[in-house]
Amino acid sequence: MVVDHLSATFAALSDPTRRLIVNRLTGGPATVNELAAPFSISQQAISKHLAYLKNARLIERQRDGRQNFCALNPDAIREVAEWAEGYRRFWEKNFQRLDVLLEEMKRKKQHIQKGKR
Amino acid sequence: MNYSETFKIEPSGEREIVMTRIFNATCDLVFDALTKPELVKRWLLGPPGWSMPVCEIDLKVGGKYRYVWRNEDGREMAMGGRYREIVRPDRIVNTERFDEAWYPGEALITTTLIEKDGNTTLRTTMLMESREARDEVLESGMESGVIVSYDRLERILSSQVAGKRNE
Repeated sequence: MVVDHLSATFAALSDPTRRLIVNRLTGGPATVNELAAPFSISQQAISKHLAYLKNARLIERQRDGRQNFCALNPDAIREVAEWAEGYRRFWEKNFQRLDVLLEEMKRKKQHIQKGKR
Repeated sequence: MNYSETFKIEPSGEREIVMTRIFNATCDLVFDALTKPELVKRWLLGPPGWSMPVCEIDLKVGGKYRYVWRNEDGREMAMGGRYREIVRPDRIVNTERFDEAWYPGEALITTTLIEKDGNTTLRTTMLMESREARDEVLESGMESGVIVSYDRLERILSSQVAGKRNE
């Protein structure tokens, strides 16, 4: 189910290191060494993060000769982007209505205050 | 102020999503709009075609609330929870659970209102109850201090997807 994918995906993206890894991979596939380079944590820790991302289907492992590469899985990425966009639009609409309501409440309050004078 | 400054959705820590929005109104008005059923019903609706036939709020610590939305086509969606903290006019903490949840378990929602120069910043923190995320808390010491907002991530990700499609 889409929902299950999404909760796994969001859990995977809840960590800043993993978000940076995903960010890096938007520039194209990279080796584990290349991904580990910017971080001051062990390669073992990076491998753990990569396994997490792979379980959430956010990345795929690719093999080119003797080299192991990591690459983004566009389907999972699209799912997240669509969910986030939907969530954003949902709240955007609500907040725009709330803006209108607050203007109305302000006018009413001013009206009452004028009446009291 | 441009749009991205007034409305943000971003991840925070291990299990939180933080949403902030600035409103051109005082704190007490925003608090009322968030907690009085006759007002909530007028804005908390989502996409066109949905209405909110049920909006019950028992605004006290331990009190329950329940929201039911109905679409013109007959579909229904409902959620509710309990209030844990209420500090008028700037803080509300409540639990939240959808009848048909898209995330596991319950979420804990902390809402704070900060007024400045007649504008009020609404900040909603959604703490997810997720086993995966909770396990991850144990692996601490990996904070890099760099926060990529979902907004930015979205842009990066959609350009990536578009790039792939064009290949």
